Amino acid sequence: MAYVDDFPTDARIVRWNMAVAFLALGVGGLFGMVQALHRTGYFRGFVSSADYYTVLTGHGVLLALVFTTFALCGLFTWGVTRSLDRSLPSARFAMTWFGLMLVGSLMAAVTILGGLVPSMPLSADVLYTFYAPMEAHPLFYLGLTLFIVGSWLAGVDWFRTYWRWRGDNPDARIPLQTFMVLTTMLMWYISSAGVAVEVLFFLLPWSLGLIQEVDPLLTRTLFWYFGHPVVYFWLMPAYFIWYTVLPKLSGGRLFSDPLARVVFVLFLLLSTPVGFHHQYVDPGIPEGFKFIAMTNTMFLLLPSLLTAFTVVASMEHGARQRGGEGRLSWLRKLPWDEPAFAGCALAGLMFAAGGFSGMINAGMNINYLIHNTLWVPGHFHLTVGTASALTFMAAGYWLFPQITGNRLRFRTLATVQPYLWFVGMTLMSNAMHRAGLAGIPRRTAEPQYGSVAFEGVVGGVSEMRLQIAIGGTLLFVALVLFLLVVFATWLGGDGTDTLRVNSSIPTPLSGPEHSPRILDNLKLWTAVAIVLIALAYGLPLWALVGDGLFAPGSPPIPV
Amino acid sequence: MEIHRYEKIWTAGALLLIVGLIATVTYGAVGPGVKMIDDSGGTVDPGSLGDTEFGDPGVTRVAEDEYEVHVVARQFLFQPGTTEPIRVPADSTVTFYITTPDVTHGFELAGTNVNLMVIPGQVSEVTVRFDEPAEYGIVCHEYCGAGHHTMAGQLVVVPEDEYRSEES
Repeated sequence: MAYVDDFPTDARIVRWNMAVAFLALGVGGLFGMVQALHRTGYFRGFVSSADYYTVLTGHGVLLALVFTTFALCGLFTWGVTRSLDRSLPSARFAMTWFGLMLVGSLMAAVTILGGLVPSMPLSADVLYTFYAPMEAHPLFYLGLTLFIVGSWLAGVDWFRTYWRWRGDNPDARIPLQTFMVLTTMLMWYISSAGVAVEVLFFLLPWSLGLIQEVDPLLTRTLFWYFGHPVVYFWLMPAYFIWYTVLPKLSGGRLFSDPLARVVFVLFLLLSTPVGFHHQYVDPGIPEGFKFIAMTNTMFLLLPSLLTAFTVVASMEHGARQRGGEGRLSWLRKLPWDEPAFAGCALAGLMFAAGGFSGMINAGMNINYLIHNTLWVPGHFHLTVGTASALTFMAAGYWLFPQITGNRLRFRTLATVQPYLWFVGMTLMSNAMHRAGLAGIPRRTAEPQYGSVAFEGVVGGVSEMRLQIAIGGTLLFVALVLFLLVVFATWLGGDGTDTLRVNSSIPTPLSGPEHSPRILDNLKLWTAVAIVLIALAYGLPLWALVGDGLFAPGSPPIPV
Repeated sequence: MEIHRYEKIWTAGALLLIVGLIATVTYGAVGPGVKMIDDSGGTVDPGSLGDTEFGDPGVTRVAEDEYEVHVVARQFLFQPGTTEPIRVPADSTVTFYITTPDVTHGFELAGTNVNLMVIPGQVSEVTVRFDEPAEYGIVCHEYCGAGHHTMAGQLVVVPEDEYRSEES
């Protein structure tokens, strides 16, 4: 029995979320290739350098928000209904949040792409960070608002399902997948409040002319209050797959359920009070607050390091079940020709590299060398661009048969795809990191500056540019292969195939009975999280609004 | 709660790494005295920079071997920096004060630690020691509009005696 047979309505909701996610990935990925070729100077015929920033805004918003959030909604709807073994309470409610998110995404996308059509009065080439006082069309901010509200309602839907289950099972431990969904959403409610306040109380009324000025540093600070936790909103669904699905794909069982719970609680507690680490080089913020944010940021490494241990231990267990032996030669027994497994494992491997460059970003003093250079996109193409994106794609190879009832099509292409992504990302990301050390800025349309000579520490600048161009192109090819496979799988059958996979997940080696019940006390952890945020943000925000909410103020400046 | 022995060792190692990273930054601040950019520059009304020291931006000598440079970053140039290079003498301590009347910009001496954000309403202050004559490219590294990629400039550290003779 496949998931679609037990939960036909929920399977449809999962499919639609995944479809939007992967279409956004396709469009955003195309923009990515355009940028890789334009800014390296290899092919500049797509757009002008002035329009480059419209494409860059589209790339950021479609991939960092739309793709990741819809993929999360698909995965989490599947995880909650599967692990609680009950449907979402109301299909109409599910369509409401899905519809809100979709309409919001379309509004934002149309406003952004309007920038490419001179005859349309729309534009929003303000990049993914939309720093005031650069102004976008009000529809852009309104679209973002609808999108965020939709994501909040999706969380309500999963909580409602959980509460109903709790009514029937008053004493049972929360199943691991649901536990992960609920802690992720609690983190999201707390952290997205920052961007909600920024957009609703400041940028939207300001773009409509209802208020004259906003304080650029205050709105920027509210953005970063959300801007780093959103990273964990992408990453936690990848962890969710690594903890609950990857052990099975490896041929074994999860090493430790209690540690997985500890990791998700740590994310809930520590994700939000770290935002100032994006503002180390900002004026107007005292050094002490930056230091507090840095210590929090460093401790946020802990859940990721723990995850590295548990995931590798689970893979080793799986390999040994398949006959693997020796200190490292068990690695050969893993199913490297299984696209779902290979994708997750390669994503995890690249995430380790991304984690190390993240430590550099988090270091308050060494950050000065790489702030706003190409190093930073080099880093997050390993995290969101590989850890999340490649894991979601790999999970798609495993999940699409179960949510459609069709076997996977074009299996050979699917087997090659994760490796192609891996190679493309290795080329692009290593070159970006090194270019950042040479001081080459991010977010610019041009490969060269007349008055500035960039010197690489290792390798030459032209060699870096070539790697970025080739890497970006390979990534787009890998993306096309992926889309071919999943959409052919979805559309190429009648839902009655005999599947090679099922959605049952084996019990962990060390189950929830080995962990204290306090871990499941979500109210307690939410309260602790809020206290930590008040400590990290209370005084700095108070200082920022001390001279008035809108001062020192700036009127909107169209770009 | 049952925790595997290897898991305990790994966790201890992870915590040690984290504390070590924090320790290196703390050492950098109190040992070699790595200065951070903070709120010491104060705030300014971006609409009336003309009434402030930014009305006539440029290099001023404030003491023997100590200079102040006021820079206005605007769409799409640094004043001074873009149309004429910022010139300071070698073997001097230079404090930069940078602000902007329009949107958020960046100010980076390419390949160095002099790297900061320029935010409307705020003054970024950073002090740098220049020992040797050199030339640095200045890049705006925060997207500031359609001409962002044209926004760059130069800082030239000239030999001390050459600077003095120009000054007089």
